[in-house]
Amino acid sequence: MYLVVEQLLNGLQFGLLLFLLAAGLTLVFGIMDFVNLAHGSLYMMGAYFAATFAAWTGSFVLGSVMALGATLLLGIALEYVALRHLYGRDHLDQVLATFGLILFFNDAVRLIWGPAGLALPLPAWLTVPVQIIPGIYYPAYRLAIIAVALAVAALLYIVVMRTRVGMLIRAGASNREMIGALGINIKLLFTLVFGLGAALAGLAGLMQAPILTVQIGMGENILILAFVIIVIGGIGSIRGAFLAAIFVGMIDTLGRAFLPDLLRKVLSGAAASTAAPALSSMLIYLLMAIVLVVRPEGLFPAAKR
Amino acid sequence: MKKAVWLAGAMALALAQPATAADSIKIGFVSTFSGPTAVIGNDMRNSFELALDHLGRKIDGKPVEVIYEDDQQKPDIGKQKTEKLVQSDKVDFIVGYIWSNVLLASLKTAVDSKTFLISANAGPSQLAGELCSPYVFSTSWQNDQTPAAMGLYMNQKGVKSVFLIGPNYAAGKDMLAGVKSTFKGQVVGEEYTVWPSQLDFSAELTKARNSGAASIFVFYPGAAGVQFLNQYAQAGIKQQIPLYTAFTVDELSLPLQKDNAIGIPGAQEWVNDLPNAENKKFVEDYRKKYPGLRPTYYGAQAYDAAQLINSAVVAVKGDLTKKDAMKAAMEKADFKSLRGPFKYGNNHIPIQNFYLQDVVKDPDGQLSLKTVATIVKDDQDKFHDKCPMK
Repeated sequence: MYLVVEQLLNGLQFGLLLFLLAAGLTLVFGIMDFVNLAHGSLYMMGAYFAATFAAWTGSFVLGSVMALGATLLLGIALEYVALRHLYGRDHLDQVLATFGLILFFNDAVRLIWGPAGLALPLPAWLTVPVQIIPGIYYPAYRLAIIAVALAVAALLYIVVMRTRVGMLIRAGASNREMIGALGINIKLLFTLVFGLGAALAGLAGLMQAPILTVQIGMGENILILAFVIIVIGGIGSIRGAFLAAIFVGMIDTLGRAFLPDLLRKVLSGAAASTAAPALSSMLIYLLMAIVLVVRPEGLFPAAKR
Repeated sequence: MKKAVWLAGAMALALAQPATAADSIKIGFVSTFSGPTAVIGNDMRNSFELALDHLGRKIDGKPVEVIYEDDQQKPDIGKQKTEKLVQSDKVDFIVGYIWSNVLLASLKTAVDSKTFLISANAGPSQLAGELCSPYVFSTSWQNDQTPAAMGLYMNQKGVKSVFLIGPNYAAGKDMLAGVKSTFKGQVVGEEYTVWPSQLDFSAELTKARNSGAASIFVFYPGAAGVQFLNQYAQAGIKQQIPLYTAFTVDELSLPLQKDNAIGIPGAQEWVNDLPNAENKKFVEDYRKKYPGLRPTYYGAQAYDAAQLINSAVVAVKGDLTKKDAMKAAMEKADFKSLRGPFKYGNNHIPIQNFYLQDVVKDPDGQLSLKTVATIVKDDQDKFHDKCPMK
């Protein structure tokens, strides 16, 4: 029983982290119709900034806040210098250009920080396990991730659904040309959205950093999952990204947790141990394939143009 | 017409170039030089270059040419690079291979061409058993040996039960099998994770804690070792269940693992403080040549590979066509290994000691590894019976 609760928390934590990454991606893809493969690089930069600033200031929280600002600025600069010239272009051109950016960022990081990677140590109060209900201990830091991600999700919901900027963002997602025709400064809006997406990716990166390591190429594997999530959730839909991310996080974690034991009931021990990790990592893609067949527009698509 | 003849002559000359260059010793070096595990490849290259420095950049009086190739930690790329080295570069030796799955994919290419291959790290069980070859030598170990030594140490400590966690690839399976072969207590659980993409071990750690096991054993080389120890400490399991490891804490991961690595024992055939003259010189010169870096067992094994090649070339006085004589020379392991003297088994895998290593603070406050005890002496892998070579 305790095991199930703990694994559910693990799944939720992973899902929420994925949401932060997917939210930025889905905004940029949905609203700007722009395929940004370099989103994972922004995730990596968030982690590198946080590790650097935390080492400078000696404070994890302060370093994280500064890193968040730095990633936001980097995102805006990136959009201004490079990406805005690609909006009118074919998706394939965008993929090519942003793939180039991945290589650029990886090598820039190698030049600046070296190939070995960095550590982002946590303050002592975040490294202890917390007793959430009697008998169940859970890492304080993973609880903190859950709390921060839920707060960000709520904030995003309020901004997108209840504010004027949010209205423009939603309008942009439904019909780009029309809001341009209505005299909205679409260029500024795009820059803003891209900066926001970058900051969210940076937040995901810096929160993941203490659990993993800060290293070159850390954003590439997880970006694939983020793309899966926006496909399942429906491109451009924050709500879809949120639900799909939690779905994917749960499937991934619970699959890893319980599939080996289930398989051992039917297969021999060795075969089950080998097949289970492969199968559980496949489940997510299986889900995506099913969604693509049954509802190609995603489970919770944004309102259509 | 005259011009055409001149051109043909120039072309013939150009084509003849490689023949004159055969006076050098050509070595292909396959390792990982990009991605998160590039630090390991760099350490191997650094140590190999240092070995060549110590040899005066010459083997048996001939200049040495090393061609470094990046396998990107992928079996298919490793195989392509091996093919390129064998077929178009026509190297005399191939060295390197961090990853067992990369080596297994590349092995046939080298063996079929009768090019000597020296594994400076990977030691899949197949290589020690049915896939052993006269042309393949190891300067490392067979995968099962190191964790098997750890299993022996756990018996000494009276550990009653263990939960095993490792990556789902050739070496991961060997490693967990290695512990099981010697550990006398109960194996409560065994988990494999997706390799190399899975970096979050929360599900596995939760299972280990809930299994009631008295200990955990893991094998996570490279950055994954840092991530595992981070998560193990953050979950508070470090205070509850002791961890035993193989190839998880080394000089590359220590600067990132920091205090999380203190008190975590590992087994190893080479530790930086082994008290022989060659090893002292190696560690000192390495730190002098590459300021800020410290050598690892990966590097020590690559260093030994260069010495092994040297011993073979010297034995045949530079006549590299005498493959049988070179093989016979290498089988003697007639060089000063950094781990101290060892013998080769019939399968060309070292018969060697394994030590217990622990993490300590240096006088200058930096964390480093230290030999605590010898766990097992002259250990031979358990697959040598399956190797048809006698």
